[in-house]
Amino acid sequence: MINRRSTLKSMALGAVSTLAIAAVGISYAQAENKELKIGFVGVTSGPAAAWGTSNVRSMQTRAAWINETGGVKIGNDTYNVDIVTFDDQKDPKRAIAGMEKMAQEGVHYVVGPNVDDGAAAVRPVAEANGIIYFPYAFPKALYQKPASNAVLGMIANYQSGPAIYKYLKENKGVKKIAFVAANESDPLSQRDGGVEAAKALGLEIVAQNDTYQNDTRDFTPVLTPIVALKPDLLVLSGVAPANAPLLIRAARELGYEGLISTETAQDAKVLEEGAGEYANGFISVGGASTPEIASDTMKEFVTRYTKMFGEYNDESNTKVYALEYILDTLKANPAAINDVAEFKKTMDTFSAPNPFLKGDAKLGYVGTTSFGQKRQLSVPMVVNEYKDGAFQTLFVGSVD
Amino acid sequence: MEQVIANGLYLGAQYALIALGLTLIFALMNVLNFAHGQMYVLGGFITYTVYGQLGLPFVVALLASGVTLAVIGALMEKFLFRTVIRRSHREESTMLLAAATAFFFDAVILLLFGEKQRGVPKIVKGVFNDAGIIMPYDRLVVGALAIVFIAAFVLYMQYSRVGRAMRALAQDRVAAQLMGVRVDRYSMIGFAMGAMLAGVVGGLLVTITGVNSGIGGPISIKAFLMVMIGGAGVVGGAIAGGFILGMMESVGLTVLREYGDVTYLVIFAALMVFLSVRPNGLMGKPWG
Repeated sequence: MINRRSTLKSMALGAVSTLAIAAVGISYAQAENKELKIGFVGVTSGPAAAWGTSNVRSMQTRAAWINETGGVKIGNDTYNVDIVTFDDQKDPKRAIAGMEKMAQEGVHYVVGPNVDDGAAAVRPVAEANGIIYFPYAFPKALYQKPASNAVLGMIANYQSGPAIYKYLKENKGVKKIAFVAANESDPLSQRDGGVEAAKALGLEIVAQNDTYQNDTRDFTPVLTPIVALKPDLLVLSGVAPANAPLLIRAARELGYEGLISTETAQDAKVLEEGAGEYANGFISVGGASTPEIASDTMKEFVTRYTKMFGEYNDESNTKVYALEYILDTLKANPAAINDVAEFKKTMDTFSAPNPFLKGDAKLGYVGTTSFGQKRQLSVPMVVNEYKDGAFQTLFVGSVD
Repeated sequence: MEQVIANGLYLGAQYALIALGLTLIFALMNVLNFAHGQMYVLGGFITYTVYGQLGLPFVVALLASGVTLAVIGALMEKFLFRTVIRRSHREESTMLLAAATAFFFDAVILLLFGEKQRGVPKIVKGVFNDAGIIMPYDRLVVGALAIVFIAAFVLYMQYSRVGRAMRALAQDRVAAQLMGVRVDRYSMIGFAMGAMLAGVVGGLLVTITGVNSGIGGPISIKAFLMVMIGGAGVVGGAIAGGFILGMMESVGLTVLREYGDVTYLVIFAALMVFLSVRPNGLMGKPWG
């Protein structure tokens, strides 16, 4: 007799069987490839979510692309890339927990954390468990000896700041400079670095103590006294993408007519929506997707990212690189797949074509000048100027 | 100094409106709604979608934010808070429930609207610049609307039948019930109104400050500050708390700027001293 209970039972059994058959099918199809786990520990929730989300989505997009095209060949084996993620909520304690999780899962290469205190907190765990990690944080101690497991994933503010100020001094006649930063470790250390660089260039610093709470929503009271000092350049040190348009808009509405810049990566859509035409002329540091320099691979990456997540994030222009570096270094020395000491050896001599840039640009590890050892990814230092909804390349620099 | 005062008044109006919904829910149900900031964020995102993405008039977007949040608030009261209040005699149960809903909203908002900061086109362009005061017209409009909403809310609470019933509930829940006030019905209306206010403010302010999925928690904390200053559960207290906080922030950020970010340090220190002298805030009553 067919009743409601037996019908439901049959449906449930049918669903389970279908899923089981599908799962077996999928695993059989992928059985030839081994699995390579790459970790991510960073912030994907809260006000700074944009930083980590652009990281992890870049990794997921690239991994899906690689897996779709047959996986990555390292030595004699071919691997599917599996991204293991952990949201540290910008909390150092959680970052430690995240790195411990990576160690338990046998992950040797981790991208992140995104901020200074998180990157510093995970160092003992990474070193004790043989993990190389790629923070987006600037404290030099992480990359200088005796530290050796951290590799800076981007251009540091103390590298880009002097170049930007010098360019603006020589080309735009900047003489007076003001700094404003969120009252958090990253922005404050970036501000201090910026102040030093500005002093070295002989610029007059008219404001350097002004700070704000990172959750500020209305910046008019913060900027009122700074705008009154009429600086030629207003530097938004370490500004979060969520705050940049609000600060720009508040400054312009208060009548500020000078230049505005930052050394962090920003997103053009966010600037357009939040500040509109007020954001025109805003200078920031980006990666490789401005039309002038992006390769076809970079363009396809942007298309795939957009298809996968609905909308591209310009911060990924820089964050696309970390996974590529890990895989290419492993390709160069397959013994490094479970041995980070081998990875470190390879870093000194590693060189590979840069797939994201036009021309014959190369991937390679740098940082000798800043850190005394090669503990930084060589990514192009593209200084952008925002104009009507898009970034335009102002100049391209490099770090050695 | 004129600019500093103007900034403080504008911030005060904005803050007062944020705190109203929170204090209303507290007054009616003795519930500290930790999800108030998340409701504000949701209201902001609804306005962003309707006005910024679909291109419908701003008033429609504001209405959509208010109505959606009112429905969500009513459902939360009926199916969550009412049940917990009925089944648990421990006050912290509702606090834990409110915290859980805040985390839930955070996750849902991040999933639905993504991680990016969002903004909409200005509702009014141009900047007022006279007599030493610079103030964009859209802030003036939002400030004026905030004052109109506050006045309408106060009048509604004072003179309407629903308002009187809710005030009776706030003063003494048992006595109000004995006098024939339908406690469940007016609790639900009150919660819906509180949530609606959060949604409307979120929608209103998305035109000035934009919105992103991570700001719910900080907004709630600021609202709690205002309520603590003015007195929990008192509408006038929330308004006073909002204006006091706005003015303290504006003056502090100008006067103390040379000393770094000490403005909130000073505000928190002053609040601790103030609460030790007046634990119920400016207008709060010892009995709730």
